[in-house]
Amino acid sequence: MVTPHKEVPLERPKGQLYKELASGFFRVGIFGFGGGPSSIPLVHAEAVKKYEWMTDDEFGDVLALANTMPGPIATKMAGYIGYRVAGWIGMLIALAVNVIPTVIAVIVLLKVLEAYKELPVVQNMAHAVIPVVTVMLGVLAWDFVKKSGETIGWMKAAGTLTVAFIAMYLLNIHPAFVILAVFALIFSPLLMKGRNRT
Amino acid sequence: MIYWELFIAFLIPGILGYGGGPAAIPLVQVEVVERYGWMTNAEFSEMVAAANALPGPIATKMAGFVGYDQAGVLGALIALFAAVGPSLLMMILLLNLIWKHKESVYVKSLTRWIRPIIAVLLVVMTYDFLGDSFDMNGIWVTLILLVGSYFLLERVKLHPALVILLALGFGAVTTYI
Repeated sequence: MVTPHKEVPLERPKGQLYKELASGFFRVGIFGFGGGPSSIPLVHAEAVKKYEWMTDDEFGDVLALANTMPGPIATKMAGYIGYRVAGWIGMLIALAVNVIPTVIAVIVLLKVLEAYKELPVVQNMAHAVIPVVTVMLGVLAWDFVKKSGETIGWMKAAGTLTVAFIAMYLLNIHPAFVILAVFALIFSPLLMKGRNRT
Repeated sequence: MIYWELFIAFLIPGILGYGGGPAAIPLVQVEVVERYGWMTNAEFSEMVAAANALPGPIATKMAGFVGYDQAGVLGALIALFAAVGPSLLMMILLLNLIWKHKESVYVKSLTRWIRPIIAVLLVVMTYDFLGDSFDMNGIWVTLILLVGSYFLLERVKLHPALVILLALGFGAVTTYI
């Protein structure tokens, strides 16, 4: 299942690859409504079907790998595929066309809203959006709770949820430290093993 | 210094946000609202709404906007770099190492045990937003919007961007009645 990770150079001039990356990831960026995870099928459509930068299996491997790393998934895919297809410049091109257009759009949209903030219409519109975001977050929260229960068992999940809540909201420990504690707990058996061997 | 603060504020969600962009939302909220006080919870939820209504990765849109809002174009670039750069570099540089351990129990259990922590952050954030909505819209309007948007998002499976547009329309209409 683990395919040896060999870089197979594509038989196309660099310039053409840059152009392909630019238009491919531009489309992924502007059509990927609903955040990073929803753009995964779009990346697949460009990388495997349209430009044939990689096979279906390779794409699956890249996706699995991207999932084991932290950070936004869409940009990891764009950056990594760009790198694999055309080196560091490819990476920068794929990232830039993927990210910049929508960042500009969000800045313009929010700045326009801010300029008319005092108008009652705009205020009501802004307020009406809050419950919608609440529902989106609630659904996302439930997904995370459910997946926790399914992967580590409901008893353990309930325990971890409680401990995490106490640590972050009663003891006011920064979430970063709570997550780092998980790292430490998971990798400590590895370190112990290493020590016993020596 | 603002550039350094922006870098740190988006570096943490970038390297600890297991589970993709959406998992970074509560981590960004902790930095942006609670730690640095760059925006209120209400402003934060407007940003999440705007970011959700627009296409593209959510974490980078938040980084770009907050960076620009606090420190202009350079701020936006720094925040973006912090959100994207480290995890991407890690992915490229540690590629072979991770590849070998892809099936490793350790790498897999990392995601598994971090998930409940993100879940707690999300639950608390949802609760905060609910309170904000009660304060600003009152109980009845909030309930109508909650039920309506849940129905449209989860049952009808309407696109989030459309649901946000509908809510905007609803808010506009209620101003005049």
